Amino acid sequence: MADIADSTGIATQAGSAEASRRGGRETRIRRSSRSLQWWQPLAVFVVLIGLWYGAAAYYASQQLAFLVPYPHLVLTSMFADPLFTPQLLVDLGNSAVVALTGLSLAIVIGVAWAVLMSQAKWVERSLYPYAVILQCIPILALVPLIGALFGYEFLSRVIVTVMISIFPMVSNTLFGLQSADRGQRELFQLQGAGRWTRLTKLQFPAALPSIFVGLRTAAGLSVIGAIVGDQFFQRGTPGLGVLIQVSTSRLNGPGTFAAIITASLLGVVVFLLFGLLGKLAVGKWYDFG
Amino acid sequence: MTLTESSAPVTTTAPLLDFHDVEMTFPDGTVALRGVDLSVSRGEFVSVVGPSGCGKSTLLRIASGLESASAGTAQLRTDRIGYVFQDATLLPWRSVEANVELLAELGGVPRAERRAKAATAIDLVGLKGFESHLPKQLSGGMRMRTSLARSLTLDPELFLFDEPFGALDEITRERLNDELLRLFVQQRFAGLFITHSVSEAVYLSTKVVVMSGRPGSIVTTFDVPFPMPRDPDIRFTPEFADLVGQVSHSLREGHN
Repeated sequence: MADIADSTGIATQAGSAEASRRGGRETRIRRSSRSLQWWQPLAVFVVLIGLWYGAAAYYASQQLAFLVPYPHLVLTSMFADPLFTPQLLVDLGNSAVVALTGLSLAIVIGVAWAVLMSQAKWVERSLYPYAVILQCIPILALVPLIGALFGYEFLSRVIVTVMISIFPMVSNTLFGLQSADRGQRELFQLQGAGRWTRLTKLQFPAALPSIFVGLRTAAGLSVIGAIVGDQFFQRGTPGLGVLIQVSTSRLNGPGTFAAIITASLLGVVVFLLFGLLGKLAVGKWYDFG
Repeated sequence: MTLTESSAPVTTTAPLLDFHDVEMTFPDGTVALRGVDLSVSRGEFVSVVGPSGCGKSTLLRIASGLESASAGTAQLRTDRIGYVFQDATLLPWRSVEANVELLAELGGVPRAERRAKAATAIDLVGLKGFESHLPKQLSGGMRMRTSLARSLTLDPELFLFDEPFGALDEITRERLNDELLRLFVQQRFAGLFITHSVSEAVYLSTKVVVMSGRPGSIVTTFDVPFPMPRDPDIRFTPEFADLVGQVSHSLREGHN
């Protein structure tokens, strides 16, 4: 809408009202073409299911049905298998708790870390390398250490989740906090605004769009973290990661697929949820894609 | 309600802004300004024209206190300073009204009072009815009006403008020039206006200062004889064209 108002370049009220009316029409057209695009992934989905049935029939003929089970068997495992579905739901809950706990910690630590760095260049120079290092450490290499230090239960799973998902929170928040332009910063400076005022009324609101972008990425990663954590730290109340391993070792093909798909769906749902949250929070003034 | 105590012309004893032999050398050794003497009193509107990079903006940054001169004295006799940036510098998440209220809010003015100030200022720049619009819904000219209104809430005695209309198209620019003149006649602040449009400078000002290229120093000062309030058609008179010609000529000489 802004571009259109600009291109007419006329500051009269009538001119701009006209521009916003035209802008409205423009968005409607774009929206309707977007709803058309839904058919394309759907078509791909139908093709994929077809291929899946083909593959399943082939493996069934080779007496290897557990490698690629029929889709309807997977659906049954997911929703209607009295021996499997309840376990799946419990594990989904466990994984979701680990993912969300880890994500919450990643948000709190990541935002605090970035706010600290935004306060002075020397703090940023001192602390940013550690965010990068944390991102670069192969989690696998740390597994024995984490296990020995924190046990093989919930706490270690959460630590892995935080380690995997924190980097986008730190980097996106920092980028956002520094995104206010020079004029805006000087405006605050001229009014004698202090650090806190500048942070709460300028930097933080300006950072919200990129914080939500980071949050969306971190949310997806937190699910990965929870599943990966399960693979190494299996005591207590593990989640889908362990279910995937157990199902595989028992040659339970439909169960394996059901657990994998459920884990993927958890990731997708969390990603969409935080995307929606971002849209609700800043969509009014920022084109949050 | 008016934004100043009195809309009548005020006879001042001392200028609100007084530069004496101001020099500015940047840390990298660049000399941006040298030997600048300049004063702006209430009821004066001074425009500064000069080639790009001559330190015009630095002059304004020193006047506002964003930077301090490396030599000479820059004296301010008021703390009510309005500063209009090159960009509108609006906060995109705030409505027009909330943007206009910002400075008063930062200054700790109570809510009811800053509401009233904002309403008056919005009215003054002709944005009534757009209070709840977001900046992205406004045209460039309307954003600049919002920015002007924001400064007006401070009841500035000294108004500093850093090429505020440079990015606007001709029609919008002329319209905003007229609005600014109207505000000036009404409020009689002291104005210091940076621009690279000679005709804009002559049309708006009581005095036009021409600066030379780097290091910036003042080449000539022209008094603009046309009375206030100004008739927009004055721009098409031979006297106006003549003065614009003189200023342009001086600008060219200072550049060489």
